[in-house]
Amino acid sequence: MTAANNRRTIAVASGKGGTGKTTISTNLALVLAQQGKSVELLDCDVEEPNCHIFLKPQIHSSKPVNVLYPSVIQDKCTGCGVCAQVCEYSAIVVVKNKVLVFPGLCHSCGGCTLFCPEEALEEVERQVGIVEEGSSSGIHVIQGLLDITELMSAAVINGVKKSAGLSDIVIIDSPPGTSCPVIESVKDADFVLLVTEPTPFGLNDLKLAVGMVRQLGIPFAVAINRCDMGDGEVQRYCDDEHIRIILEIPDDIRIAQAYSRGEMIINVLHEYKGLFVQCLETFFNQKDPGLNTGQDGQ
Amino acid sequence: MDSDYSMKEIVIISGKGGTGKTSIVASLATLAGKKVLADCDVDAADLHLVLEPEVLSRNDFSGGKKARILKEECTACGKCIDACRFEAIHYPPVASRTVHALPQINPTFCEGCGVCVRVCQDNAIAFEPAVNGQWFISDTRYGPMVHARLGIAEGNSGKLVSLIRAEARKIAERDELEFIIVDGSPGIGCPVISSITGADMVVVVTEPTLSGQHDLDRVAQLTSHFQIPTTACINKWDLNPEMTRQIEARLKDQGIQSIGRIRYDPAVTRAQIMKSSVVEYTGGAISEDIRSVWRNIIYALGYFINK
Ligand code: SF4
Ligand code: SF4
Repeated sequence: MTAANNRRTIAVASGKGGTGKTTISTNLALVLAQQGKSVELLDCDVEEPNCHIFLKPQIHSSKPVNVLYPSVIQDKCTGCGVCAQVCEYSAIVVVKNKVLVFPGLCHSCGGCTLFCPEEALEEVERQVGIVEEGSSSGIHVIQGLLDITELMSAAVINGVKKSAGLSDIVIIDSPPGTSCPVIESVKDADFVLLVTEPTPFGLNDLKLAVGMVRQLGIPFAVAINRCDMGDGEVQRYCDDEHIRIILEIPDDIRIAQAYSRGEMIINVLHEYKGLFVQCLETFFNQKDPGLNTGQDGQ
Repeated sequence: MDSDYSMKEIVIISGKGGTGKTSIVASLATLAGKKVLADCDVDAADLHLVLEPEVLSRNDFSGGKKARILKEECTACGKCIDACRFEAIHYPPVASRTVHALPQINPTFCEGCGVCVRVCQDNAIAFEPAVNGQWFISDTRYGPMVHARLGIAEGNSGKLVSLIRAEARKIAERDELEFIIVDGSPGIGCPVISSITGADMVVVVTEPTLSGQHDLDRVAQLTSHFQIPTTACINKWDLNPEMTRQIEARLKDQGIQSIGRIRYDPAVTRAQIMKSSVVEYTGGAISEDIRSVWRNIIYALGYFINK
């Protein structure tokens, strides 16, 4: 928390997967870096992080993300079973006076250890993922990687966010959806950019995502990817709900091909750089009321 | 288990989102014989947009409990605030704080661990099952479907996925159906693990991109850990034929059976807009691709086609 108070965090999110979150967050970050801004990109899609494919950062540090879970101190345990009663997640059970812990189910609430009458539990750490830091074209890239078969994405996302904070602008590439990992990614952002595509699936998932950011009370706007491919229903919905659309990327086969090869749009298709520059200008124009409430005016 | 019919559960997942998984599931729903459909992509449930289910039964889903402060009992001691590891409990913001400001629990961040409830010496915290969403049994033009709507900003999607699969299985057993076709969720985390454990086959829908390849690798590790027979098809393969070949070679190394390529076709989007599956919407080459994927799924399951 050493950086300037005027640090701005933009989370790029979407209800539906594959709408172009990563494309948009990496290109926005690169535009900012090219403008000489100090920028961090956090890849919070820790189940399938993809920003590195496009930015190819030089990774210079890697550290484990650990969570706490209870471990039994055998000679203190009387097998009374209080811990199993306390645990809401069935992560600790007592069978024939023996305590069994299922670390994968544990939410690290600390309840069992706190309430064990014999003080026979202690919390120990175990790894559920890693956080890597690196740099690419002037962008400080931080990415999380959930270990395969682990469930606690939110812990790794939290680890990514804790490693951030050295730059003026933070861009977050969130996981898809609207549930716990997404909320963990976007909850402290100043602004959320919701990416969608103009199809019935895109619209349905956008509505869920709008519901989520409204519930969290974070200002937001919409980006439409492949904006000319489907029907006009997403645009109509945004009009009706007074939601600002601040970025529209056309359906261009060359973009899809560049994406397939892991190339950055603004590097290989220069004509699109203006779109991202404009989007950022709209965003940083604080006087625009639509961007402060996620609504048009008050 | 030892009944004289053998029902197979096929889960379609995508690692990376947006690969066209749900569109393919809708087409498989059109092609498969006696089946029940299960939409386990509970975070972004879209299958109903194509299959237009008629809801027969509607049920509340509770994935856990949530804590709530009882104003009459609370003495504002603040012990619960320190006890909650999920930072779900706070005093109201200073500006609106009165002398007797009581802590507030933000239900979005409450994990339902119950620690605050036990810590509170005044019994001022209620702890009740929360309704996190609804699940439905419906009828569609392709047979029964079990699906759900998770409440906005709700967690516990893994539990909901398990519930949907269990209900679909009940229907399949009751009606002696051949297939359970599951639309799984993206990623490799909690809802995906709940979608695939114990299934007869996982079909990964990927696309010929570096991201697709990378995500496929992670999903492959997951399915091999759970020892679930895994197949994969490449959607929009002609977007990058070179990458398609590369991914197919890799599949071989990973012991994943390739079950076909599906070409890029704007008809997929048009079908979606018309609320049809692709194979209903067009007799074009893409529908042939999808039919062939379905045939290969059957072969891979060790079936013979009777027709
Ligand atoms: S820390 Fe909490 S979730 Fe983990 S085993 Fe103990 S009571 Fe259960
Ligand atoms: S139940 Fe657990 S997570 Fe919820 S408010 Fe109480 S201590 Fe926090």
